[in-house]
Amino acid sequence: MGAAIEVRGVSKRFRLYHERYNSLKERMIHFGRTPFEEFWAVRDADFEVDQGATVGLLGHNGSGKSTLLKCIAGILQPTHGEIVTRGRLAALLELGAGFHPELTGRENIFMNGSILGLAKKDIAKVFDEIVAFAELERFIDMQVRHYSSGMYVRLGFAVAVNVDPDILLVDEVLAVGDEAFQRKCLERVAKFQKEGRTILFVTHAPDLVRRICDRAIVLDHGVTVMDSTPGEAVRSFREHLAHGETGLGVPEMTLATTVVATAAETGDAEPAPELSHGEKLAAKATHTVRITEVVIEHPGVDANRAYLLPDEAMTIRVRFKASEPTADTLFGIGINDIEGRQVFGTNTSIAGCEVPSVDGDGEVAFSFERVPVLDGTYMVSVAIMTSDEGTVYDWHEQRYQFEVMNPTRTVGTVAFPVAIQFSQQTD
Amino acid sequence: MAEAARDARIIRSRIGAWERFVRIWRYRELLVGMTRKELKVKYKNSVLGFAWSLVNPLLYLIVFYVAFQVILQSNTPAFPLFLLSGLLVWNLFSTGLSGATGSIVGNAGIVNKVAFPREILPLASVGAALVNFALQGIVFIAALAVVRWDVAWEYLPLVPLALIGVLLLAGALGILLSALNVYLRDTSHFLELALLAWFWMTPIVYPFMTIGGRDGWSSKVYMMNPVTPVVLVFQRAFYAKVDNDGIAILPDWSWGEYAGYLGLTFGVALVALTIGVSVFGRLEANFAEEL
Repeated sequence: MGAAIEVRGVSKRFRLYHERYNSLKERMIHFGRTPFEEFWAVRDADFEVDQGATVGLLGHNGSGKSTLLKCIAGILQPTHGEIVTRGRLAALLELGAGFHPELTGRENIFMNGSILGLAKKDIAKVFDEIVAFAELERFIDMQVRHYSSGMYVRLGFAVAVNVDPDILLVDEVLAVGDEAFQRKCLERVAKFQKEGRTILFVTHAPDLVRRICDRAIVLDHGVTVMDSTPGEAVRSFREHLAHGETGLGVPEMTLATTVVATAAETGDAEPAPELSHGEKLAAKATHTVRITEVVIEHPGVDANRAYLLPDEAMTIRVRFKASEPTADTLFGIGINDIEGRQVFGTNTSIAGCEVPSVDGDGEVAFSFERVPVLDGTYMVSVAIMTSDEGTVYDWHEQRYQFEVMNPTRTVGTVAFPVAIQFSQQTD
Repeated sequence: MAEAARDARIIRSRIGAWERFVRIWRYRELLVGMTRKELKVKYKNSVLGFAWSLVNPLLYLIVFYVAFQVILQSNTPAFPLFLLSGLLVWNLFSTGLSGATGSIVGNAGIVNKVAFPREILPLASVGAALVNFALQGIVFIAALAVVRWDVAWEYLPLVPLALIGVLLLAGALGILLSALNVYLRDTSHFLELALLAWFWMTPIVYPFMTIGGRDGWSSKVYMMNPVTPVVLVFQRAFYAKVDNDGIAILPDWSWGEYAGYLGLTFGVALVALTIGVSVFGRLEANFAEEL
């Protein structure tokens, strides 16, 4: 028995048309002169995925990872090379798993199941499980076009994991849906791993790769730059980001925004998402004292490295400008992790730093001797207000970020200093 | 099919025509499912539902009856039976073909997300048309029985053959046009006009012998229409009247001659199928990008 997935020298070329001529009339007018650029989305991808392995495809937006996944799923055909897959393959690409909007959830489950190669009676057997997993009991006989995007994703995932696939391809879907559903999906992925099924999933969330993959492949502009252990791959991914044109941490930002956006749409009758505490305060800012610049420095770190290692030092410099002499001013910062949990927060008053009346330009520096976190992207909020916190002068909610990379295989969030001693009683 | 899906699957830039046919055959169960889906979607949100498939030829019948028998005083005996014996099979061809042409674009949501032989989609449209045709056919045959119409029994065995021919033709052209329609979205508009012209080039409303009975090249060209043999077989078998008071309606051919003429349909269908499948194969690679 060979590998579950063999990708042999696969390249995929796209043509980017500057203008689309989709009708015969237009094609006649512009005959042979359709301007386009060629662009290789994937170049010479070559790897195998063993049966039962969980492999992550890491890359920033536009790195070709989704294109490669689509090729493996058989939806796009590679321009060169070939792909062999062994076993029933279920793919979850972006939103939804290929539903027909006019059909009901029930009808779509049957149609989808039969596309994936299941007989009708086999689908009937797992039907209830699919509906229960998707939590769509009340809506299953409703046309899918009336579904919210969250319901769509839930149904798609539920079908894909319940049709007994040997290979599961997942594209980012774990980033959508509410937290409870995400957890459920991850549990199911873990179960699949135990059952020895093959999972290939595309993500730009390094944390997820570390958590569930045996191996990860990093793509950058269609080229495979790393194929190694998750730790190594995440490091290479971060380094590529730091040197790449995409800029530091941009993908993570996108991830965060997708989560927020879809979570808002998930609920069936949920009210519009409420503004966070910080956003409300930011909206009320009077701008008597403005934040002009926030700089996050990594003293003692090679300038080419855009991330911190655990326990390295960091300084957050908040530069401000007061348009009039202002007494009673307080400067605060907050640090949140990518999932929005507050990790740390302080201000000049808590820290006992005397702030005299401010006027004109100035700077407040928050120096950290050590940043004791292990891994991840952290968002920094900065605020200037009165010491009773009654009036907000300026508030930048999670506008800045820094990144910490854990080179070891320690897991968790906090870098506890640890020394392990082993002893044993012997007779 | 479950076993088939578990086999190794190879994805590469080009798949040979033979392999394509094999893949379609493996997914035949899906073809049935897609056909069912096609019908469901078509009649969803419509009050009359499946009854529409019966109302449609009825309305045609009324219009043509008034136009030809009442206004133009054409004297085809039992005109409704004459019309329906050709019209139903024409409708099978034209609705199948136009449905197929729009099928890839219309199912973009599925094409973009799941892998399966895409030829299934145009074929399912033809399949849906076949189901409608079967319903109409049952009603038509019931009507023939009620009026105790003398059908030409000896020509009836040709009917399934003609049916296969027209399905092959609609499927082949449908595969070709559905792929073209992804790139040239006005293919379907163009087809609408072409089908209108084609309809009048086919002896459905008027008897074949009005044009086909003439001498000279015009009738030769006229006879090149690959749908004509199919329509003629249906008319010869069900309508069965070769002439009316010395005025020829249908060609007075033997069973073998009708079967031979059907060869034209099969010939054109096979050529179209070869071209269609290879063009489809070339264009398919980028469907997901174009949609």
